[in-house]
Amino acid sequence: MYGNAYIDPNDKATAMTAGEDPKKLEEFEARIARGEKIEPMDWMPKEYRKQLVRMIEQHGHSEIIGALPEGTWITRAPGFRRKLALMAKVQDEVGHAQLLYSAAETLGKSREAMINDLITGKSKYSNVFNYPAYTWADACIIAWLIDAGAIINQVANAKGSYGPYCRALDRICTEESFHLKYGHDNVVTLATGTPKQREMVQAALTRWWPPIMHFFGPSDKISNHTEILMRWKVKMATNDDMRQQFLNMYVPKIWDLGLTLPDENLIKNAAGKWEYTEPDWDEFKRVVNGGGPCNAERLAVRRNAEERGRWVREALNTTESKYIVPLA
Amino acid sequence: MIKSLDPRITRAEINLENTIEPLRDLDQWETYEVFHQKKRGDQHMHVGIVHAPNAEMAFIFAKEQFGRRGLSVNIWVVKTRDVYVSDYEDSDIYETVPEKNYREAGGYKVMDKINKFKKGL
Repeated sequence: MYGNAYIDPNDKATAMTAGEDPKKLEEFEARIARGEKIEPMDWMPKEYRKQLVRMIEQHGHSEIIGALPEGTWITRAPGFRRKLALMAKVQDEVGHAQLLYSAAETLGKSREAMINDLITGKSKYSNVFNYPAYTWADACIIAWLIDAGAIINQVANAKGSYGPYCRALDRICTEESFHLKYGHDNVVTLATGTPKQREMVQAALTRWWPPIMHFFGPSDKISNHTEILMRWKVKMATNDDMRQQFLNMYVPKIWDLGLTLPDENLIKNAAGKWEYTEPDWDEFKRVVNGGGPCNAERLAVRRNAEERGRWVREALNTTESKYIVPLA
Repeated sequence: MIKSLDPRITRAEINLENTIEPLRDLDQWETYEVFHQKKRGDQHMHVGIVHAPNAEMAFIFAKEQFGRRGLSVNIWVVKTRDVYVSDYEDSDIYETVPEKNYREAGGYKVMDKINKFKKGL
């Protein structure tokens, strides 16, 4: 599971390649244009490294924090098989975080530094996880539709230019396909069930629709900045393109179940493009910046886990440990 | 204390305003490279890394991280710092002559000669 990395649209495009050796930059860009991957020890522009660290790290944090709203329902999952499946899914998400942190580490940021930036609120994670899973149906909607959004994003990014990130994403995408099927199965069970079950899944869908529309982020300004990131294959698709792809794949599946979406303007126009009410981006910014219903709880839980596990980690450590940046 | 929708979190009695010391260097230990064998007869494949305080723990984490679904019969872990690596900057060391037919099976075609020889008999 995951969300889209939040890239500050105010980053100066001209500053992105300032001070770089033009010859090395040209070779680097030619390598990417040929479809070759960049590996950790290769020369890369400072801005490429910076943007990738930010993006992969945020992705990792999203996996870790995303385990919390879903984990909410482990103790009360309806039935043994669903409990097993949900535990497996949550474990996968935490495993994804480990893979992603490792990929980001190859770019030179230590895992300690990433965790510190998460728990102090300096690093962001996907905004959707600042919303609560009120009922079992919320957990089902997350497993189906948030993971569906994540897959669209991850499949695109897996074709990016940075080798370790692509390898992590390939492994992640394979696992996400189970999450998606599991989530769909749960939603279908509720939607084809009793009137009470239908009511429950409809309510969850209505609650989650605005965060889902926020999921891919605001429209990208087509700036030089985005253009360079796309040329470097750091960003593989615009936020709007990914949102369109999501709507195209999933709105019909939602409507098939006789469920309604809380947007009267949602329609596929004659040109095959989805029209919708513009999401409330002020709300999005407010929640990204800490004002959501669960931001404080999510980070407090993370800090607690780090703090209460610290003595175990310290007891296991040996004085001869020596950190070097992982190879791949 | 947090009153959460998640009963596990409520039970853990977590203070919403908890502050903690930042993680220090090596809090997450060093890294081990993981090699995974899916089934007997296959090569062990490099699949990624784990952070661990020692080889036994690295194995336990690697089993959980890379062997929790699908097939596995064997896993190796080795400290990252013990791996000797070549540098991409030096990839010219792998450059060779463009024509290496002489060391490939396809470089040796004898049937023409044999057929010619047989006709001449």
